[in-house]
Amino acid sequence: MVGLVLVSHSAGLAAEAVALAKGIAGAQVPVAAAGGTEDGGLGTSVDLVEEAVRAVDQGDGVVLIPDLGSSVLTARLLEEDGRIVVADVPFVEGAIAAAVAAGADAPLADVLASAEESRTFRKL
Amino acid sequence: MFVAWFEEAARLVHRDRERLTRLDAAIGDADHGTNLDRGLTEVHKALTEWPPESPVQVLTSAGTALIRRVGGASGPLYGSVFRQMGKVLESPVTLAGFSAAFEEGVVAVERLGKAAPGDKTMVDALAPASRALALAVRDGVGVREAFEQAARAAAEGAEATIPMQARKGRASYLGERSIGHEDPGAASAALFMAALATVAP
Repeated sequence: MVGLVLVSHSAGLAAEAVALAKGIAGAQVPVAAAGGTEDGGLGTSVDLVEEAVRAVDQGDGVVLIPDLGSSVLTARLLEEDGRIVVADVPFVEGAIAAAVAAGADAPLADVLASAEESRTFRKL
Repeated sequence: MFVAWFEEAARLVHRDRERLTRLDAAIGDADHGTNLDRGLTEVHKALTEWPPESPVQVLTSAGTALIRRVGGASGPLYGSVFRQMGKVLESPVTLAGFSAAFEEGVVAVERLGKAAPGDKTMVDALAPASRALALAVRDGVGVREAFEQAARAAAEGAEATIPMQARKGRASYLGERSIGHEDPGAASAALFMAALATVAP
């Protein structure tokens, strides 16, 4: 199964987004949070992101979903062609779309495509 | 010289950390001075704990420390400049080689941040510095003068961000309200180049 890492400036936001994605997509979907800095502040920690990648990597690839700013830059530094990819998507909607697709055993490219579709979802 | 460069940059950023944070408070999230000061302290620690054996190792080790320890956007951005420089710098180091590596470092940061000159970012200080270095190489001027020209170009570039409207980063959400403030990333980039001129052989 494709793994997901939700990278946010905020540890709380990342953790709750993971809980929401797993709640909707299923607890079996490997989704991990990498939020905030190591000392609990707002920001991004490469170490926390790498740790989260290891936790969800089942060999089928990992999608990183960053919120903004340094989360995006840090995620982009960790990209590995065809194995670790960054999704340019809205944080919450993208995470849920990707988690549902991953839970249906979709391959990496399809999980990424599902996440990217969330960019154009209209709510009204 | 490379270790001295980072030591001097650390000193200048530490000295100016409140000014950088004040600039960042105007259009950003008020952490640039603190973050970069902490990052450069970590660079100092890394260079002391594992003494580098070559200029390339200094750049790579400093870049990695910045990426891992800053926590804000300036970490990956500066980190990728120095890591890319470390990747392409040839030894023995010459001014021409340094200039070419610096240019590639600036390209790396433009690519990572998807920023171009005029977006009101550190690129607006780094790109003119890179051009000044290339011109100095072409004109065959000495190392010290070349670094001084680069420092001047970076300082002018940073100042030129004041009337710009931000197109990248948090400041871009402010739209026209970002006009009238110097970009903190460009200001710190100017400090890096000033440090280079100070330690020039």
